[in-house]
Amino acid sequence: MSGYPGYDPKSGIEKWLDARLPIVRLGYDTFIFPTPRNLNYWWTFGGILAVILMSQIITGIILAMHYVPHVDLAFDSVQHIKRDVNFGWMLQPMHAVGASMMFLAVYIHMFRGIYYGSYKSPREVLWIVGVVIYLLMMATGFMGYVLPWGQMSFWGATVITNLFSAFPLVGESITQWLWGGFAVDDPTLNRFFSLHFVLPFAILGLVILHVWALHVPGNNNPTGVSVKNVDKDTLPFHPYYTVKDGFAIVVFLMVFAAFIFFMPDALNHPDNYIRANPLVTPAHIVPEWYYLPFYAMLRAVPNKLGGVITMFGAIAVLFVLPWLDTSKVRSMRYRPLAKLFFIIFVLACIGLGWAGAKSPTDLVFVTGTDAATGAPTGLSFLWFARILTLYYYVFFVIILPVLGLVEKPKDRPESIEKSVLNTTHEEA
Amino acid sequence: MAETVSTPSENPSRRDFIYIATGAAGVVGAGLYAWPLIDQMNPAADTKALSTTEVDLSSVEEGQQIIVKWQGKPVFVRHRTQKEIDEARAVDVSTLRDPATDEQRLVVNGEGKYEPQYLIMIGICTHLGCVPIGNNAGDYDGWFCPCHGSHYDTAGRIRKGPAPKNLVLPPYQYLTDTLVKIG
Repeated sequence: MSGYPGYDPKSGIEKWLDARLPIVRLGYDTFIFPTPRNLNYWWTFGGILAVILMSQIITGIILAMHYVPHVDLAFDSVQHIKRDVNFGWMLQPMHAVGASMMFLAVYIHMFRGIYYGSYKSPREVLWIVGVVIYLLMMATGFMGYVLPWGQMSFWGATVITNLFSAFPLVGESITQWLWGGFAVDDPTLNRFFSLHFVLPFAILGLVILHVWALHVPGNNNPTGVSVKNVDKDTLPFHPYYTVKDGFAIVVFLMVFAAFIFFMPDALNHPDNYIRANPLVTPAHIVPEWYYLPFYAMLRAVPNKLGGVITMFGAIAVLFVLPWLDTSKVRSMRYRPLAKLFFIIFVLACIGLGWAGAKSPTDLVFVTGTDAATGAPTGLSFLWFARILTLYYYVFFVIILPVLGLVEKPKDRPESIEKSVLNTTHEEA
Repeated sequence: MAETVSTPSENPSRRDFIYIATGAAGVVGAGLYAWPLIDQMNPAADTKALSTTEVDLSSVEEGQQIIVKWQGKPVFVRHRTQKEIDEARAVDVSTLRDPATDEQRLVVNGEGKYEPQYLIMIGICTHLGCVPIGNNAGDYDGWFCPCHGSHYDTAGRIRKGPAPKNLVLPPYQYLTDTLVKIG
């Protein structure tokens, strides 16, 4: 999307460089980019994610200078970082909490994309690149969690790698190939370290593709109405959105810092302070909070392969979302029914996270007591998760395709400019 | 001039052959290059070298279970009580998810006899690899996996929960009546 006059080199040296390596022009075109004038704070999470990704890469490279990927030394080397390395007490939580912050931001970013229809034509590839980034983030986060080699690290690695054993015929070969042995052991730890180091750079490359794919059609916006007049509907990204994003980044970093300095282990699990023991499984295995909804789906299905397919399918369905949603109206602001189902969808995702953290036999609420045993009865988290998993799929596979055909959307503003001016002050 | 004009369509076979042969060689070459890069992740020779573990069964008291490590995996060695053996044998095998009689869960000793009190199994839940809790845990007096709630009976057979198979038996043999070699 063009519309602004491009980079105009003034001095001789600028012209000389621009004719040979137009790198200043690239930066100019990236930052002086026509951006819808009505973006709200939900749009700041892309910039927040870019900042956290850089923070993760920097702190990660530093941690790798002190970490030892060996079953006998890994646990101690993480303690060495936290206790002995200069500023290690801060750098290690920056990285560990940073992973949580990145998932927090990416979930908000994804929900925003769904609510405002940012995956719809012509932004399908932009969305798909984003889903690939999310998948790589999950793989990277999982392997990073294994590195401290505590009990949750080890058993998380065991459970997740065993997911692949569910596939018929090739399952066992795949798991042994992943492990480099007959159980999670030293070869597994070593390769996870290697891949955990390199995957963030693959993510960085995909982020560049993501921004490139963004800069072809330009940003979506809260109205979902396309830019019609660049002068009236847009503002240059810099300074308008560098400042708005910058403010949001500062607020987000305050939350981030609160965790690092006051509760660095709040998002961790106490069992990960116990050295990995291949002979004893902790009584209650839970993944990190950002995988809990998928973990709940895995447990909701009584069949092993079925559970694995349900879990991976929940991400696979995101790839085809642009073609499942049949509505021509992008923003759910003008889709009253879609908005309602979206709110239920967000609550279902949170509910699945809650169910993932609980034991399947625990009760969500009690309705009575069993006549024979006197034990309380009610809705178990197993059934709670089953209902919500069903809704998750129904939302994508039935509600969105059908709603586009039957829902009568509200009137949309003629243009971005009109939508902005009508809500603030009338102009002739 | 006609004799000097040679359009590609007049002589396609030679160019096509070179093109396809080059492509095929490239694909085979890429495969040959990729395979070592993939296969290096499979278990290394020292890992594969089948290690064995010997267990003295006489040190396991009745009603007690010990866990020994074999190939990095926990192996349960349980000295079952008569009650546990009776429970395992009272089950109608056809009702089981992974049907197996109690004797199929055991190995004969050197004299061709079963030692029904000693049950030896790999202590890894067949669902997603956790180590089940033993000592009459779960609804069937056998093992219970805390991760996702699989119940195994006193012969280590899956009875309830998401696991698809019975607890796996390692390869083992009786060296004497009370000495077992696993692996």
